Amino acid sequence: MLLMAVQNEEAKTVHEIATVFGARPEMLVQILHAFVQRYGFISEEAIRQIASEVNLSRADVHGVVSFYHDFRTTEPGRHVVRICQAESCQAMGSRELTSHASRQLGIDMHETTEDGQISLEPVYCLGNCACSPAVMIDEKTYGRVDKNRLDSLLQQCGGRS
Amino acid sequence: MSSPVIVYVPRETAAVSMGAHEVAEKIAGLDSVTVVRNGSWGMSWLEPLIEVDTGGQRIGYGPVAAGDVESLVAAGFLQGGDHALKVGPVADIAYLKNQERWTFRRCGLIDPLSVDDYRANGGFKGLEKAFATGPEQVLEQVKTSGLRGRGGAGFPTGIKWQTVADAKGEQKYIACNADEGDSGTFSDRILMESDPLTLIEGMAIAGFAVGANKGYIYLRSEYPLTRRVFAKALTAARESGWLGENIGGSRFSFDIDVHIGAGSYVCGEETAMLESLEGKAGLIRYKPPLPAIEGLFGKPTVVNNVVTLGSVPDIIALGGDAYANYGVGRSKGTLAFQLAGNIKRGGLVEKAFGLTLRQLIEDFGGGTASGRKIRAVQIGGPLGAYFAEQHLDTRLDYEEFAKVGGMIGHGGIVVFDDTVDMAEQARFAMEFCANESCGKCTPCRIGSVRGVEVIDRILANEDREKNVNLLSELCDTMVDGSLCAMGGMTPFPVRSAVKYFPEDFKR
Repeated sequence: MLLMAVQNEEAKTVHEIATVFGARPEMLVQILHAFVQRYGFISEEAIRQIASEVNLSRADVHGVVSFYHDFRTTEPGRHVVRICQAESCQAMGSRELTSHASRQLGIDMHETTEDGQISLEPVYCLGNCACSPAVMIDEKTYGRVDKNRLDSLLQQCGGRS
Repeated sequence: MSSPVIVYVPRETAAVSMGAHEVAEKIAGLDSVTVVRNGSWGMSWLEPLIEVDTGGQRIGYGPVAAGDVESLVAAGFLQGGDHALKVGPVADIAYLKNQERWTFRRCGLIDPLSVDDYRANGGFKGLEKAFATGPEQVLEQVKTSGLRGRGGAGFPTGIKWQTVADAKGEQKYIACNADEGDSGTFSDRILMESDPLTLIEGMAIAGFAVGANKGYIYLRSEYPLTRRVFAKALTAARESGWLGENIGGSRFSFDIDVHIGAGSYVCGEETAMLESLEGKAGLIRYKPPLPAIEGLFGKPTVVNNVVTLGSVPDIIALGGDAYANYGVGRSKGTLAFQLAGNIKRGGLVEKAFGLTLRQLIEDFGGGTASGRKIRAVQIGGPLGAYFAEQHLDTRLDYEEFAKVGGMIGHGGIVVFDDTVDMAEQARFAMEFCANESCGKCTPCRIGSVRGVEVIDRILANEDREKNVNLLSELCDTMVDGSLCAMGGMTPFPVRSAVKYFPEDFKR
C-alpha cells in the first residue's frame, strides 16, 4: 500500500514537473534535474513515468540518465559531499584531502555512510580554482578546504569526525 | 542624520566560498550601514574583499572573515581606518591597476543586478549603437575587432556571425556556452555573477546582427550561485525593457532561456552542448554541417562562449578598432587569464595578448602558494599541455603557444610546485578522458582506457621501451582519429609530461 502511495505521489510529481517545462522531449535534461532536486535520485519507476510524459521510450530516457553524472539512480545520503578532483585542486592537495575524507567517513567515492548521512562524490571543477582545494556540500561551495576545515564541515553534516 | 555608509561585500562564488555571506550579515547588523552585494574584482586571493565607500574612494579590506568584523569596527573601518586587513583604495592595487580591463571592466565596480548601475557605466550603449547603425555595421565592427572565440578554439567571431547571418531560414538561434568545465578556469562564472547584463547585452547584439530572436545559455550545474544571480539579472533586464519584446524601444525582440548542464565535461564541446540543449545525451555531432548552418534543432546557430559574447557590447559601442588596438599579431584584444592551482595570488587577470607566462605567474601571481619552486604549469584546461621552467618566457598569444605544442584555450593557468608527480598527472589526463568520453568514436573511448593501462605498465617497468613507444603511437591515433578535442587533445598533457618530465616516468 505504502509503495503504491509513493508511486502515485511520484507520478503526480513527474506530471507536475513535466507540465512546468512543457512535456517536450527537448526539456528532458531539465525535467530530470527537477526530479533529482526533489527526490535526490531517479528510480526505475520514475524513468517509466518520465518516458510516458515526454513521449519517449524508456530506453531513450535511460540513455540520457546514464550519460550524465548528475543523474544518480540510487538514493543519496542526506548530504552529498563533493570533493574536486581536477588539476587545480590536485595542485593544492585534493588527493590527500580525499583520502582523509574517506578515512574519516569510512567510505570510498560514490558510497554513502551506513547511517545514510553522507555520500561522497568526485566532482571535476567547481570553478573555484583560485581558492583550491574546493569542496561542495549540497549546493554550497567552500574554498581552501584543508583537513581541519573539512572535519568541521563534515561534523556539521552529522558525519563521524 | 548623516546618510548610511555603503559597504560592498561580494556575492560571487569564490568570496562566498570563503565566508562572504556571513560577513555581509554581520556588517548589515551595524548602525548606519548599507550593504551592497557587488560582484568580484577577480582578486580571489583577497576574498572576501570588502570595500567601504568613504566618499569618492573605495577602501578595501581583505580577506575578511565574519570574526574580523568586530576588530574592523574598533579600527573605524567605516571611515577607512587602519587595520591589518586594510589593502587601501581598491583601484590602486597593482594587481588590478596593471590590467587592461575591457570585458571585465564593470566587475566588482557595480551592483550586478542594478540596471541603473549598468547604464551609468556605459551599459546598453553597444546595443543602442547596433540599433542605430544596423546589423551589417555590427558584423563589420566585430570582424574589424579581430575577436576570436574565447571558449578555447579561437575561431574568428565575425566570420561565424556572418555565416549565420547569410544562412537561409526564418528561425535562428544564439547559443551561449557557459559550460566552463576546464580546471583552472572561472572567467565565465565571474562575468555572469559580477556583470551579467553584459552577457545579456552581448547576446542581444548577436541576435540582432544575425537575425535571431531567441538565445539559450547552457550553464553548468556546478555553478548554483551563478544560476541564481543570473536568473535575477534576466528578470531585471526584462522588467526594464532590455529583454523581451521590442528591446530598448526598438522593433527588435529577443529573449533568453537558461538550461542547466548535468555534470558532463564533453558537453562543453559545441555540438555535444547542442545535443544536450535538445534534451539528449551529449554525444558529439559530425562536422560538417557546421552549427552555423545546422545547429540547435537543425537551425542556423551562433555558438559562442560567455566571454566572447561579453566582449561584444564595448566593441560595438567603441568600435572594432578600439579593441583591435590591444594584442599582438593575429591575437587581437584582451584575454581574461585565470591564475589557479598552487599560486599565491590566484584570480582573474585581463590583459592584452602578448605578455609572457612568467609576467603573469610571477608579477601578478606572486609565485607558488606553498613558497616552493614552480615545476609545471598546465595551460588551457585538462586538454592543455604541461609546461616546464624553460617555457615561462613564452609570449601568451594563440600562435606562439601553438608553436610550442600548446594552446591557450580558455585562458586557465594551473601552477604546480616541485612536489608534483607528473606521471600521476599524465595518467589522470587519460583517466579523465576515459571518464568523460561521450563514447561516439573509438580512439577516444577505447584509447583513453588503454592509455591508462599503458602508463601503468611503464610505471611498473614492464617492457619499458616497448610501452613508451606504444604510448606514443596511441597518442598519434587519438590525435588523428578522434572526432573532437576530447580524444584529440588528451594526448597534449600526456605527451608534454613525458617529454618535459621524463624522470617522473622512471621508477
